[in-house]
Amino acid sequence: MNLLIAIMQTLLFISLAPLLAGWLKWCKCYLQNRKAPSLLQPYRDLLKLTHKQPVVSKDASWLFIIAPYIIFSATVIAITVIPLITVDLPTAASADMIVLVGFLAFARFFLVLAGLDVGTAFGGMGSSREMTISSMAEPAMLMAVFTITMTASTTNLSFAIEHILQEGLVLRPSYIFALFALILVAIAETGRIPVDNPATHLELTMIHEAMILEYSGRHLALIEWASQLKLMLYGVLIANIFFPWGMAETLSLSALGYALLAIMGKLGVLAILLALSETLFAKMRLFRVQEFLSFAYLLGLLGMLSHIILEASR
Amino acid sequence: MDIENLDHYAQLILSLAALVTLTSFIMLAQGRLLRLVFIFALQGFLLVLATAIAAYSFNNPHLYISAAITMALKVLFIPWMLRRHILKLEMHRDVEALSNKTAIMMGGASLVVFSYYVLHPIMQDASMILLNALSLSLAVILLGMLLMISHHQAIAHVVGFMSIENGLFFAATVSTNGMPMVVELGVAFDVLVAAVLFGIFFLHINSSIDSLDVDKMNRLNEVDQ
Repeated sequence: MNLLIAIMQTLLFISLAPLLAGWLKWCKCYLQNRKAPSLLQPYRDLLKLTHKQPVVSKDASWLFIIAPYIIFSATVIAITVIPLITVDLPTAASADMIVLVGFLAFARFFLVLAGLDVGTAFGGMGSSREMTISSMAEPAMLMAVFTITMTASTTNLSFAIEHILQEGLVLRPSYIFALFALILVAIAETGRIPVDNPATHLELTMIHEAMILEYSGRHLALIEWASQLKLMLYGVLIANIFFPWGMAETLSLSALGYALLAIMGKLGVLAILLALSETLFAKMRLFRVQEFLSFAYLLGLLGMLSHIILEASR
Repeated sequence: MDIENLDHYAQLILSLAALVTLTSFIMLAQGRLLRLVFIFALQGFLLVLATAIAAYSFNNPHLYISAAITMALKVLFIPWMLRRHILKLEMHRDVEALSNKTAIMMGGASLVVFSYYVLHPIMQDASMILLNALSLSLAVILLGMLLMISHHQAIAHVVGFMSIENGLFFAATVSTNGMPMVVELGVAFDVLVAAVLFGIFFLHINSSIDSLDVDKMNRLNEVDQ
């Protein structure tokens, strides 16, 4: 029964991710006085891409063709670890947050290899930038994650969230720092403004788009879908760790429905905030990303310190 | 004693203390003067909130008065005055190049650890909230000093000085339920006078070396070269 719900939840996650991307785009268009495309546009794009014939360069190796499948499936496996609407998951119990970070790093590794594979200048540039950013974002993310795991005394995400849910409302200074650190890391990792501009397609500053420039057809669809999944993954992570209220603790139908509505509401609000910050801030220079991410690391470190200083029992 | 056993007021005061420390860190990394002054005002506002909550939860009405004085001086008057000086001296477009920002931030993080390390043996018998709030206010004081060392602009030095005062004020609020009213009024008056004097100094420094960058003072010479 639990396994069935875990599978249902993963499928729900996969099918909702393009909707979140559409909603985000809708918010941004509305804020920038443009006419917004329909909320279902990302689904239509993905559908259209799957019908198109993929064009593969004659210099591309097998790695180039296999990479989209690996990236998509690694991201999907990462998703199964995350509690979306209920905490009691057999899949979540088998892996912890460090494994989650590992799966994301695995997907990124193949994306970077695929970018390098064809040998275009853009691909190599994007890959090297992506690795630079991820090498600074990952420690910051782990720092923020450790703050949470120390309060719950477990690295398992679903147990940690259950702990927070059962504890009720406790204001923890360390969580404020960890929340800000995780938001900054999420912005960097999902390639949003001010680190990367997701809307550009041919610019010297692009990072994510530079790596996938050579992809077309169903390969591109898989990569796009994987990056939408990643965006939603970080959103769910932020929403469910820091504001877990509303998640189903029992497996009744009404609780699950209520939890689904709650998470959709939370993600909707987060997307509005992201659209607002993307409209207000300009993209920063590549060499300032290091400052941005070291600030995120510092926040994670302060979160950890304030956990030890302010909260731990003596 | 764990944080989940404290009441919500104590948790809120601790969270505000953490946020005050965070504003100190943001000030350390800030190269734009107007933004620096804005964050300084924000720090003052967080302090006012903490003081008001302490007044309510410790049932100490005279803390409301010190909160009101802080609000008037550190959130409204001094930031307004600094902002006016920055605009008048046309420094609001300058971005100060801070050398090695990351190292300064990490140094700041180690100052937080240091202040906790120093206070821990002294405050063995004190309650948890007192120890934590005191160590954070010591950290704010040290971070204010670091801000004065790492920035070159005279206005940033003034902001650093005032944030040291913020740290002292917070320590007084949580440890002894606020200073006696006479002392508090005296300090507030001193800060006010200091702010006005600093304004005069800005004009003098600016008119004599044509900049508020104090590093240029090192190059002053008795004789022309």
